[in-house]
Amino acid sequence: MRNKEKNSETSDLMRKKKFNLKEGFFLSLIRTLGFTGAVILFIILFFVAYNGIHILSWEFITQPPVDAMTKGGIFPVIVGTILLTALCMIIVVPIGVITAIFLAEYSKPGVLLKTVMMSIYTLAGVPSVVFGLFGLAVFVVAFNFGMSLLAGSLTLAVMILPYIISTSEEAIKTVPYSFKEASFACGATKWQTIRKVVLPTAMPGILTGGILGTAKVSGETAPIMFTAAAFFTPGVPRSLFEPLMALPYHIYVLATSGTHIEETRPIQYGTALTLIVLVLGMNLLGIILRSRQRKKKAW
Amino acid sequence: MVENKNIFEIRDFNIYYVDFKAVSNITLDIEAYRITAIIGPSGCGKSTLLRSLNRMNDLITTSRVEGKVFFKGIDIYHRDTDVIELRKRVGMVFQKPNPFPSSVYENVAYGPRIRGINKKSLLDEIVENALIRADLWKEVKDKVHESGMSLSGGQMQRLCIARSLAQEPEVLLFDEPTSALDPISTANIENLLQELQKTITIVIVTHNMQQAARISNYTAFMYLGELIEFGDTDTIFVNPHHKLTEEYITGRFG
Repeated sequence: MRNKEKNSETSDLMRKKKFNLKEGFFLSLIRTLGFTGAVILFIILFFVAYNGIHILSWEFITQPPVDAMTKGGIFPVIVGTILLTALCMIIVVPIGVITAIFLAEYSKPGVLLKTVMMSIYTLAGVPSVVFGLFGLAVFVVAFNFGMSLLAGSLTLAVMILPYIISTSEEAIKTVPYSFKEASFACGATKWQTIRKVVLPTAMPGILTGGILGTAKVSGETAPIMFTAAAFFTPGVPRSLFEPLMALPYHIYVLATSGTHIEETRPIQYGTALTLIVLVLGMNLLGIILRSRQRKKKAW
Repeated sequence: MVENKNIFEIRDFNIYYVDFKAVSNITLDIEAYRITAIIGPSGCGKSTLLRSLNRMNDLITTSRVEGKVFFKGIDIYHRDTDVIELRKRVGMVFQKPNPFPSSVYENVAYGPRIRGINKKSLLDEIVENALIRADLWKEVKDKVHESGMSLSGGQMQRLCIARSLAQEPEVLLFDEPTSALDPISTANIENLLQELQKTITIVIVTHNMQQAARISNYTAFMYLGELIEFGDTDTIFVNPHHKLTEEYITGRFG
């Protein structure tokens, strides 16, 4: 009897051990795969930095390209990307935040809300080149803005709108109900409550979404290729209706359609490195903001 | 004209959430410059009744009322009644202290600011007065520009009281204001309520029967949405007429 008991105990232990082996295998598998993302990122970063870092200099980022873009810097290209992105954000953030306020605070469940939500989700899934064609048809041709800063910014704005809406809505929804209750009990109207309590409390979240959206927009090529970006412009755009050079499109141009593709490799990598640094910098800022906001949250 | 000593007159009042009748056929007078406590077991509708007095229930879109509530003779559920003005005159303090995530000063200045008072000297005066009345000034006068959320629980609750007082309300509604606080903070708040009673009317919902007995002039006992008994606190606690009231205050259920 005793012996039998002991046996079953041992076999129990054995089974546990087997289980642990399996567990360990999957744990290490998951661990390895988990690092893949980080490894890929570092390979890309290393590859671009290795090839591009030696060309980076003060002159490279402050001088225009010369000699059919085979020499000189990328100053107008950087300015072009900054202008495009900034104008895009100026256009899209107010629209996105107002839509988010409507969705989170005013809309009532029903067909209208469902339609709006479905449209936003679908819009988020549309490939960026389609936005490029849309921008070409609507802003460049129909509105007659031409290939321009304005047309490109509007196209990018349409593309990033769903993202801005959903991050803002998320941020607004995390504002505790007790804050709103307190505001109403003070005799505030709904709009006063939204303006003075909900939006300030949600602001860090909205900002984080905005910064990450900015990072995404600044790297987009397809939406601007038919709407804003030129092969070459002599300087920075002087009005909303002039085309411009932008970092992602500049890389594409130098790498595919110049006459000196091989010669300009270092410039291509330098441009790519500049773009990556810009995007990663903005992502980092977004991450820092978000973690600071989490720490500040005392409710 | 004889002055009416009742600031609230509740008449045949019902509150529904969709089909559920949360408050049933209540008729009750609330006397000015007194503390009226509403007691009863969880889910008896006491908070719902309290929240109907400044129409905070409006925020719950599925709620519906029948009957009348008069505030100084005005039917507050009449469609011409200005809810915003009502909530200014009938303030509310909640169970969990809920200061805004801004400074002590901004918390108290919130009400006056949304009413368009922006002059700094005037705001300073309002904020200081409200904090003094809420018995918080001594503790925070050197840190009025620090976050309201850095205060202790009891201080936060007094900050919320100060925020309501800054509007010069005539009535303050308290929804279990001490249930999230320690005994010392609770005692502070109770003393404060008795002090405030000299200048405003107080209605308090509480789970704590000793609290009702200690501080209130009148007590209403509710059970399953109905008002079972209402009267002088002494009478209710010493000599209740209704068997349910007696059973509840002696702790046989609840």
